[in-house]
Amino acid sequence: MTLKSIQTPLLEVSGLCTTFGAGNASIPAVRDVSFTVNKGEVLGLVGESGSGKSVTLRSILGLSRRYGTTTGSAIWRGENIVETPEAQMRKIRGGEIAMIFQEPMTSLNPLLTVGLQIDETLKAHTDMSASERKKRAIEMLDVVGIPAAASRLGEYPHQFSGGMRQRVMIAIALAARPKMLLADEPTTALDVTIQAQILDLILSLAQDFDMGVILVTHDLGVVAQTCDQVAVMYAGRIVEQGTVRSVLRAPQHPYTVGLMRSVPENVPPRTPLYSIPGTPPSLLSLPSGCAFAARCTHKTEICETSRPDLAGAGTGRSVACFNQVKNEGGAAA
Amino acid sequence: MSELSLSQDVAPVQKPSRIKMALRKPGFMVGATIIAISSVLALFPGVFAPYDPNFIDYTAVRQPPSWLHPFGTDLLGRDSFSRVIWAYSVNMQMAVLATIFALLIGVVIGALVGYYRGIADMIFGRVVDAIITFPFLVLVIAVVAVLGPGLVNMYIAITLVGWVYYARLMRAEVISQMGNDYASAGIVMGYSDLRIIFRHLLPNAITPIVVYWMTDMALAILLGSSLGYLGLGAQPPQAEWGVLIAEGRNFITTAWWLSLMPGIAIVLTGLGFSLIGDGIADLLRPRG
Repeated sequence: MTLKSIQTPLLEVSGLCTTFGAGNASIPAVRDVSFTVNKGEVLGLVGESGSGKSVTLRSILGLSRRYGTTTGSAIWRGENIVETPEAQMRKIRGGEIAMIFQEPMTSLNPLLTVGLQIDETLKAHTDMSASERKKRAIEMLDVVGIPAAASRLGEYPHQFSGGMRQRVMIAIALAARPKMLLADEPTTALDVTIQAQILDLILSLAQDFDMGVILVTHDLGVVAQTCDQVAVMYAGRIVEQGTVRSVLRAPQHPYTVGLMRSVPENVPPRTPLYSIPGTPPSLLSLPSGCAFAARCTHKTEICETSRPDLAGAGTGRSVACFNQVKNEGGAAA
Repeated sequence: MSELSLSQDVAPVQKPSRIKMALRKPGFMVGATIIAISSVLALFPGVFAPYDPNFIDYTAVRQPPSWLHPFGTDLLGRDSFSRVIWAYSVNMQMAVLATIFALLIGVVIGALVGYYRGIADMIFGRVVDAIITFPFLVLVIAVVAVLGPGLVNMYIAITLVGWVYYARLMRAEVISQMGNDYASAGIVMGYSDLRIIFRHLLPNAITPIVVYWMTDMALAILLGSSLGYLGLGAQPPQAEWGVLIAEGRNFITTAWWLSLMPGIAIVLTGLGFSLIGDGIADLLRPRG
């Protein structure tokens, strides 16, 4: 742990903002998000729907600038890739930073064989010869746990089941040996047993290939099992951040506390499950104070008028709250 | 890794091949047969036509159908059957040439504006609106009026108007395909825009285009013969169905077969293309 914290981070995101639309209709989807990911480390990005998790990932890869504006910085190999022009971003996308999606049913091109789709990535990012590429494609399918890999290269996505397609997707994403994997809810569309397998697979591959991983999820159980660091997002901002151990053991932001209490494993059996009252604010009309204030159980006057900054709260922890919760909340899942 | 490979999901059962599926569809088979025969007639009219279509025989004018002249003869004693057969090569050529350039232009423009959207898409929308406001035939006649009558000018006129329909369809289809993650996946894999558009999106978006193309070929024959009838397309004495119907119209009460037979040829080929289009709609739909 100490060694890891000394080395320069693989990816350093700071002050990342992404806004869609303009004027009165502008939607600040991601606001002032900062975090770092080290080699071989898994960062969990959690939050409910619309909290900006996915947009954060897409902004890092420069996908959001097609529809909105992204500011701030994401330092990758000494370069701020938020400002890197499209042509150069293409080399980074898939070659250095890969991304996998939530929906394995639609994330593969239905008309091309699996082999061709792996081959295409390799062609775009490596100088391998045709036979080397084929060898790598078989190797990748094998690595992600697809049996009889060589014979399945010529098959089409519809011949694979959901879990298998997600494995193929991972094989495609990692074929060119990227150094970082952005996983956008990779297991949400899969059933529970397959979920565990895919997560194990991502983790073991992250270690084998020495990659950093950002795992977007809304499942705290997944975070507890797989991540080293966690960042909790609410209404486009990170509200609490730190090592998984410390954040899940002793959450300090009332929102994180609420999330922890709404996980079935954390409450005694046969008791009603806690749910945070209310709904997230519309990004079109965010309150001037803390975005969570309206739903917060620890709210005071100041919460309505001014917004708390993300501030250090103990070793490697930061929390954006005026009334941090002490010694409350659930134990680690 | 061994415990991972334990979870074997069984691959879905293989579906029958497209060709087998096609053979089971009577409509498609009828259409395919009609178009196959029409194509053979169009390519080798000389083999099937008993006479030269322009051979004039003043000793046998306006004869009713007989064994010698199955569809009778016209005002100049030309064999009507031979002229209908020879017209296949002109009218089938129309089906292809009046549509293929519109298709190519429309598909490329539609795919590009569908992918990039933005200002180009807004301009495209206005252009489309402006063109489809006019009835197709009126606009084509206007363009032919400017360019002058004749087959080549007719093809140019139809292409200038017709690409809009393909482009509109392609744009909508590309936009809907963009909603699938494989398009985003292509971007995050670092593929170039052109590769994503033409290798990934286009093949997935092409089915409705092909279906529309079949209908459009039927329409092109109809439009081409309408213009021929009006004297704006093929010019007499060329054997073309519209021209043939026009030539027979003065004798419709006495020698009805002169106009009826080319009319039937138009209906049959049109039906053939429509049936094929219908069948292809079912067969080409991407599976899985």
